[in-house]
Amino acid sequence: MGCVESMNYEIVMRDATFKESRDYIKAHFKESVDVQPGFKVFDIHVIGLPPIAIGLDGDAVVFPFTKPCHGTFLLRIEDKEEAARLRAGKK
Amino acid sequence: MTGELATAQKTALLVLGCPQVPVQTSIALYLINRLKKAGITPVVAGNKAANTLLVVADTDRHYLGEVMDLDRAVAMISDKKRDFDLCFVFIHNDAGVSYAATMGAISKAKLSALVYGEHYEDQLKKIDFPCTTIAAKAVHNPLPLKKALDEVKPWDA
Repeated sequence: MGCVESMNYEIVMRDATFKESRDYIKAHFKESVDVQPGFKVFDIHVIGLPPIAIGLDGDAVVFPFTKPCHGTFLLRIEDKEEAARLRAGKK
Repeated sequence: MTGELATAQKTALLVLGCPQVPVQTSIALYLINRLKKAGITPVVAGNKAANTLLVVADTDRHYLGEVMDLDRAVAMISDKKRDFDLCFVFIHNDAGVSYAATMGAISKAKLSALVYGEHYEDQLKKIDFPCTTIAAKAVHNPLPLKKALDEVKPWDA
C-alpha cells in the first residue's frame, strides 16, 4: 500500500465497490466532504467516480483507497491536522 | 516554432488493471503495436504484476517503451506534471471503472475504456462519464476484444 503501510490505519471496509464505500460514508458519518478524483488525502491521490466522499469523525479521516486487484478499502486514520485541513476546505 | 515542435508526436497512456484476466497482457501488446505503427508513443502504467507480465513477455522491448507504476502515473497527472493525448483504461472489475473515472477527471487525454472479462456488462453499466467504450466478453481468448478494438481504430483518432 505504499506510504499507507507506514500509517496507523484501521480497515473499515475491504473488497468493496466504490459505490459501497461512498454509501457507507454517507450513511455512517454525520460529517463528510466531497472531493474530486486525484485529490490528495495524506500523501495519497484518491481514486474513484466523482464526487468522492471522505468521512470525518472527530480527529479521524475515513477515505477510500483503491487498488487494481483488491477493489476499494475504506481506511480510517486518526490525524488531527489532516482532519482540520479537510474541514477548512469544506464548502 | 520549428516544424518538429509543431508536429510533436502524440502520446498514449495505457492504464492496466489487475492482470488476473489473461486477455489484458495480449491486448495491451497488440494496442501498443498499433499505436506505434500510427506514430503514437505508448506509455504503460500498471501495478507491479501487470507491468512485469509485459516486461518479461517483451524482454528485448520490441513493443514496450516507457513503463511506470500506476500510483506514480496518477500522481504525476494529478499534479499537472505530465499528461497524454490518449488514455486507454483496461477494465474488468470495479477498481478499473474507478481508475477510468479518475483519468477522465484528472487528464485532458481522450479517454477510451476497454471493458472485458466474464462480467463485462456489469462494469459497462457503471460507466456514466464521457469516454469511448470498447467492450467484449473476453477472458482467455483476446480475439473478441481485438475485433472490438479494430472496429473503433482509436489509433486513427
